[in-house]
Amino acid sequence: MNWTTAIPEIFLSVAGLAILVFGVLRGRYSGPGNALVCSMLVLASFAVAAILIIGGNHGIGYNGQFTTDAFSSYAKLLILAGAALGLVLSLDYNRLEGLARFEFPVLVLLSTVGMMVMVSASSMMTLYLGLELQSLSLYVLAAFARDTLRSSEAGLKFFVLGALASGLLLYGISLVYGFSGTMDFNVLARSFADPAGVAPGLIVGVVFIVAGLAFKISAVPFHMWTPDVYEGAPTPVTGFFSTAPKVAAICLIVRLMGTPFGHLLASWQQLIVLVSIASMVLGSLAAIGQTNIKRLMAYSSIGHMGYALIGLAVGTAEGVRGVLIYMVTYVFMNAGTFACLIAMRRRGIALDKISDLSGLGRTDPMLAGWMTVFMFSMAGIPPMSGFFGKLYVFLAAVQAGMWTLAVIGVLTSVIGAYYYLRIIKVMYFDEGGEAFDRRPMSLSVVAAAAGLFTLFFFVFPAPFVGAAQAAARVLFG
Amino acid sequence: MALQAIAFYLMAAVTLGSGLAVVSARNPVHSVLFLIAAFFSAAGLFVLLGAEFLAMLLVVVYVGAVAVLFLFVVMMLDVDFAELRGGFQRYLPVGLTVGALLLIELLLVLGGWKLAPEAAVLKLSSTPGNVSNTAAIGRLLYTDYIFLFQAAGLILLVAMIGAIVLTLRDRKTSRHQVIRVQNERAVADTLLMVDAGLGAGIKTLGIYRPLVETPPQGRDPVAATELGERRS
Amino acid sequence: MLMEYLPIIVFMIIAGGIALAMVGGSLIAAQQKPYAEKLSAYECGFEPFDDARRRFDVRFYLVAILFIIFDLEVAFLFPWAVSLADIGLFGFLSMLGFLGVLTVGFIYEWCKGALEWE
Repeated sequence: MNWTTAIPEIFLSVAGLAILVFGVLRGRYSGPGNALVCSMLVLASFAVAAILIIGGNHGIGYNGQFTTDAFSSYAKLLILAGAALGLVLSLDYNRLEGLARFEFPVLVLLSTVGMMVMVSASSMMTLYLGLELQSLSLYVLAAFARDTLRSSEAGLKFFVLGALASGLLLYGISLVYGFSGTMDFNVLARSFADPAGVAPGLIVGVVFIVAGLAFKISAVPFHMWTPDVYEGAPTPVTGFFSTAPKVAAICLIVRLMGTPFGHLLASWQQLIVLVSIASMVLGSLAAIGQTNIKRLMAYSSIGHMGYALIGLAVGTAEGVRGVLIYMVTYVFMNAGTFACLIAMRRRGIALDKISDLSGLGRTDPMLAGWMTVFMFSMAGIPPMSGFFGKLYVFLAAVQAGMWTLAVIGVLTSVIGAYYYLRIIKVMYFDEGGEAFDRRPMSLSVVAAAAGLFTLFFFVFPAPFVGAAQAAARVLFG
Repeated sequence: MALQAIAFYLMAAVTLGSGLAVVSARNPVHSVLFLIAAFFSAAGLFVLLGAEFLAMLLVVVYVGAVAVLFLFVVMMLDVDFAELRGGFQRYLPVGLTVGALLLIELLLVLGGWKLAPEAAVLKLSSTPGNVSNTAAIGRLLYTDYIFLFQAAGLILLVAMIGAIVLTLRDRKTSRHQVIRVQNERAVADTLLMVDAGLGAGIKTLGIYRPLVETPPQGRDPVAATELGERRS
Repeated sequence: MLMEYLPIIVFMIIAGGIALAMVGGSLIAAQQKPYAEKLSAYECGFEPFDDARRRFDVRFYLVAILFIIFDLEVAFLFPWAVSLADIGLFGFLSMLGFLGVLTVGFIYEWCKGALEWE
């Protein structure tokens, strides 16, 4: 048994257990300091896990249930980066909102382990357990501000709909298992080598699996929970939701469609095309009327998932490369945007209306500047990183001759640009209120780091494109 | 095996009947009780299949624990079930249409039922090679499936943390045992020999009960009134 | 294999028969003079037949869910105990790891005071 393949996951789990015990033994009454120390420990273990992933060997372990390859390493590093950014964003917010409890970083860590298991899954059971480990932690995080009504509502909604989606997924898995007799991805791939001999019941199973996973990336028509959960959850948790879990879920879909169902391209392609178009259209149209910026970010993330799915719908290595590059740019610009949103506080009260941003260009030019960078990037305006993300997926669609997808993508980007640019207009041209509270160091650091990455991605895209290329080759060779 | 057939049809009928009763019972507590009946008969069906371990799990976990939790939830939620059921008639046509569509789809799928060639070979017996079902699970679960087994442990841990994080409150009224304080108690801290003198009350000597280092100002009603009197 | 369940079925039939006989016997043979106080439940705490919509403390729920978690943990022990001779040291250590994770959870909830009532 090749157990070394899962060393980063094992390390993170053990570290999580140790931090949990450490945190609770330091005393039940200890205040925010305990949470801070535990967060730092979690960040340190993320760093160690990243090193273990880079230095780790590739292969299949645990009787074919767990696999590591270039694709999983790429996805895991991105997940760790997203989770670390989300955790840093939460540090000061939690302290100010009275949520600074040491369970928070531990739950973030355990959900990250779940995500890493998801992208390394090589069997339906591993997939399901990884997904549940991630989802359960996220349900708790959504309701973490348990004394506010909206946060508990967000947690409950997320949990009920998430359980429903897990049910759909399980039903699909059981159909696939019933018709094929195996859960192993590689055995499944072999048994589908002749697509003509595939039973219709199995296709129904695939559809159910796609539906369950589409819920996790909040793609239309399984997006209903997103605005409410994004609005209700504490803002750093929303930021976390929209980065690392999205990467994990979309990489999981890509692996699933690439390895076990790779020969069934003709069956799932139209499904993904439909979901992708619907997400892009709804994401750009529904966001226009929003007044709450967290709801706006929810629709924005729905739209972004639509763009990323274009690359999968194409079904080629170029397309998947586009997805992977898209996710890198998306994680950083999203984390940066949320750093700016968390900084929105006046007299100790967190704000989440778009109109609260008015006049920011004068009162805090630095923050407004970074926000402008992120909004330009979200809209896909060159030379920001968001432009390159879109460029690679559209390019893949055009190369594969899927013009409709590319054209709809460009059109919805133009519509979407309207509401991103509106935020910039509000910041610079609307008569503004007073200045925000002095923002904590951690937010400035995240905003600056993500902003520099977004701004100067065009200078050094080569390593990312190369890594994404190598990762995509693994699945769609 | 006529006996087996009778047992199967009996338990299948009870399962379906109590399943129907779960959703149609007026009183939510009755729903939960019917659910328990459904669990029991489903456990019987598992036994007939040879999956003894699953049958035991169904009884121990679902009847023993989950059903109890359901009862708690039914009692805890402030839901007016009559009002909730009010929409039943209104949504019935839509629900029936969706249900009929799903049924038709399922029938279509069943019509094309065809197993993959490997399926017959890969199908696992519930009691392979004359090993009892529980032992057969045990032989695989802890060695071949160790990764999934440990992941399941982590999921249980998350459930534990989640339940505590979301519901546990530190109450001001709750009294926790602090063992260190108990061990460090010395006789001198708790026992005070006082010569009270004839006719002098204990209160005038400034002794408070319970004996603590700083007297709780204002909590003791007698002390509070005395202070108040002195100020005025 | 199913024949092994015959004693259990016989046992359940006998147990059910005795229970029925005792309740039925007392119904038939005993003198019954019911009045309100006699019919009220001999029970402390909650009224047995009350409005189901009354709220009660979330701590009941916490205890129940912690019970379910440890119930599941115990359920994993059964197949392990049955097959321990076959799976050897590796299987033993595997279970030790699983129990270790849940022991950490137990330490956590103990130190948090989730097991204390008042």
